[in-house]
Amino acid sequence: MAETVEYNGVSFEVDEDGFMLDFNQFAPEWIEIVKKEEGISELTDEHTMVIDVLQDYYKKNGIAPMVRVLSKLTGFKLKHIYELFPSGPGKGACKMAGLPKPTGCV
Amino acid sequence: MDIKPEEMIKINTKPPAKHWMDIPADLSEGKFCYPAKAKSLEYLHLPNPRDWSPADEDWKLPENWQQIIHEGFKERLDKYRSLKVFMDVCVRCGACADKCHFYIGSGDPKNMPVLRAELLRSIYRNDFTTLGKIFGRLAGARKLTPLVIKEWFSYFYQCTECRRCSVFCPYGIDTAEITMMARELLNLIGVNIHWIKDPVSNCSRTGNHLGIQPQNFKEIIEFFCEDIEEITGVAINPSFNRKGAEVLFVTPSGDAFADPGTYTFMGYLMLFEHIGLDYTLSTYASEGGNFGLFTSSDMMKKLNAKMYHEAKRLGVKYIIGGECGHMWRVINQYMDTMNGPADFLDVPKSPITGTVFENAASTKMIHIAEFTADLIKHNKLKLDPKRNDHLKVTWHDSCNTARAMGLLDEPRHVLNAVCNNVFEMPPSTTREYTFCCGSGSGTNTEEIMEQRLRGGLPRANAVKYVHDKYGVNMLGCVCAIDRAVLPPLMNYWVPGVEVTGLHELVGNALVMDGEIERTMNLRMEDLPGAEGDSDE
Repeated sequence: MAETVEYNGVSFEVDEDGFMLDFNQFAPEWIEIVKKEEGISELTDEHTMVIDVLQDYYKKNGIAPMVRVLSKLTGFKLKHIYELFPSGPGKGACKMAGLPKPTGCV
Repeated sequence: MDIKPEEMIKINTKPPAKHWMDIPADLSEGKFCYPAKAKSLEYLHLPNPRDWSPADEDWKLPENWQQIIHEGFKERLDKYRSLKVFMDVCVRCGACADKCHFYIGSGDPKNMPVLRAELLRSIYRNDFTTLGKIFGRLAGARKLTPLVIKEWFSYFYQCTECRRCSVFCPYGIDTAEITMMARELLNLIGVNIHWIKDPVSNCSRTGNHLGIQPQNFKEIIEFFCEDIEEITGVAINPSFNRKGAEVLFVTPSGDAFADPGTYTFMGYLMLFEHIGLDYTLSTYASEGGNFGLFTSSDMMKKLNAKMYHEAKRLGVKYIIGGECGHMWRVINQYMDTMNGPADFLDVPKSPITGTVFENAASTKMIHIAEFTADLIKHNKLKLDPKRNDHLKVTWHDSCNTARAMGLLDEPRHVLNAVCNNVFEMPPSTTREYTFCCGSGSGTNTEEIMEQRLRGGLPRANAVKYVHDKYGVNMLGCVCAIDRAVLPPLMNYWVPGVEVTGLHELVGNALVMDGEIERTMNLRMEDLPGAEGDSDE
C-alpha cells in the first residue's frame, strides 16, 4: 500500500518497505529522510559517491548494479559499504539513491 | 528478527478450542506478503490492478468476485482431472499432517497439508457436490465469504509447494498442485503478491526476474571472467546469443546477481571453458527460474517458452540448465505437455563422454549436475579436492530437483569428488524426504521473515545436528532460492554455517589447463595454507 512521506514540504510516495515508488520523484530531501532512518549523521563524499554511482547506473540500465559491480565502480569493499550504509547496499544505499528493491531469487 | 531463537522454538501444538472454520486468518503486519503493485498487474494484463493492503478490511475485490472464483474453479475441475481427484480422494488419514515444515515450525493446524487442502475442498464440496450442497458444514462444506479469500491468501502463501507431504500421502495427492490451483483462483480476482508479480513482470520485459538488461547481463559475466582470470590466470571466453553453438546454457538470474550464487556462475564458466564446451549464453533467455509457476499455468507456459524459443532461434542442439530448483519442476512435470515436445532439438549427448541423456529425450534439457557427474564418472576432469579441505560440507537436497526430478545421487557424486569432508544430515531429512528451505515458491520476501525462519526450522535443525556433531560449516545446494534464503536461515538458527552452490565447489577444485597456483578461492578469500606460502 503506497504511503506518502514528507520532508521540508517535499513529499514522496513510498512502498511498504519505505522505498521510493518512482525514481523520477527523487529530490535532495529524499536523502534527508533515509539518512535519518539509517542513523547517518553527516553525509561524506564517500556516501555521495555511492549514491551517484547507483543513480548513474540505474538511469542507464533501469536496475541497480550487482553488489560486486558496485564495489568495483566505487572502489569500496563490501565491508566498507556496510560501514557507510549500516543496512547494506540494497536496503541502505539503493534506498537512499531512490532505487526500487530488487525481487526474485535474491 | 526481534524474536530470539530460544523463544521461537517454543512451538505451541495445542489445537485451538474452536472449529477451524470459525478461526479467521491472522493478517496483522508481518503475517502476510505485500500485495502485487498495480503497475505489475497492468503490465501483465492481469485482473483488478489496485493499491491495497491485506491488513485492510476491504480488499477491493471485483463486484462479482464470488462468481469469478466459482467459474474459475469449475473451469479448472473440468480441465484438470488431477484436481478433481485431489478434491475427492483424500480420506483424511493424517499421514501428511506433521510432515510440513510450516506445521512443524508454527504448530498451526492449518499448516497441516490435509487442512490446508480442506480450505479449498470445503468450497469445492459446497459448490460442486450434492452432499455438500445438502448437508453443508456437516459434510465439510462452507460458503465462500471474504474471510475464506483472506484465509486462502494467508495459507496458500504459507505453502512453498515443496511436496514433502506428497511423499507420505498414500494416494499421492500432489499438494503443491492444490496450492497452485488456489493461487490461480486468487489471481483471477487480483489477490496476489509483489514478490511474485514483480519478477514475472520483469521476466516478461527483459527475459529475467531481476530485470537485468542485455548489456548488464554481458557486463556481469565479463566481470566474473575478470575475477576468474585473477584467481586462476586462465582467460575465459564465453559467447552471447551465438547462433550455431551446440549448447544453450540457461541458469537463474539470481546466479548472475546475488552472492553466493555468483560464485556458482563462475564455477559454470570455468568448467565449460576447461572442457572446451561449444556453448552460448543468451541475454534473452537469461532466466532459468519461472515465477510463472507460482502465478498460473498460462504464465508458466509463457515464461518457459522463452528458453525453447531461444534454443530454436540459435539453432543449438540441446539445453543445459543451471543450478535452479523450481525450473526443473516446470521442465520435468509440465514443459512437455505445455510447450513440448521439443522435437527441433536433439537428445542431449555429452560431447566429451558421448553419454546420451535418454532421461531428457523429450525435454532436451539436462541439469548441469547430471552433466558434470557424467564428466567425473568418465574421469574427464582433473580435480584437487584438497582445496576444499577447510570446508566440512553437508548437502541440502533442493525440493524441486529432489522430488520433481529425482536428482539425488548426481550432486553427491560431484560433491564427493570435489570435497573430502562430506557429512550427510539424518536420512529422514534428505533425498526425497528433504526439508524445504522455508522460503520457496516466491515467498522469499523479507516482510514474512518470521514465517520463513519457522518454516526453515526443520532444515536448520538437521544442519545443526551435523554442525554440532561433525563441525559442518558449509551447506551445499543446487537452487538459487536456496542460495538466497539459506544464509539468513543459517545466521539465525546455526551461525557459523555458510551456503554454497555445487559448481562453486567444482570451480575451486578444478585443475584447469595453464592455471597459476591457486592462492584464493572463488570468493577471493585466501586458501588455507596459501597465506603462509606468499612472500608478503
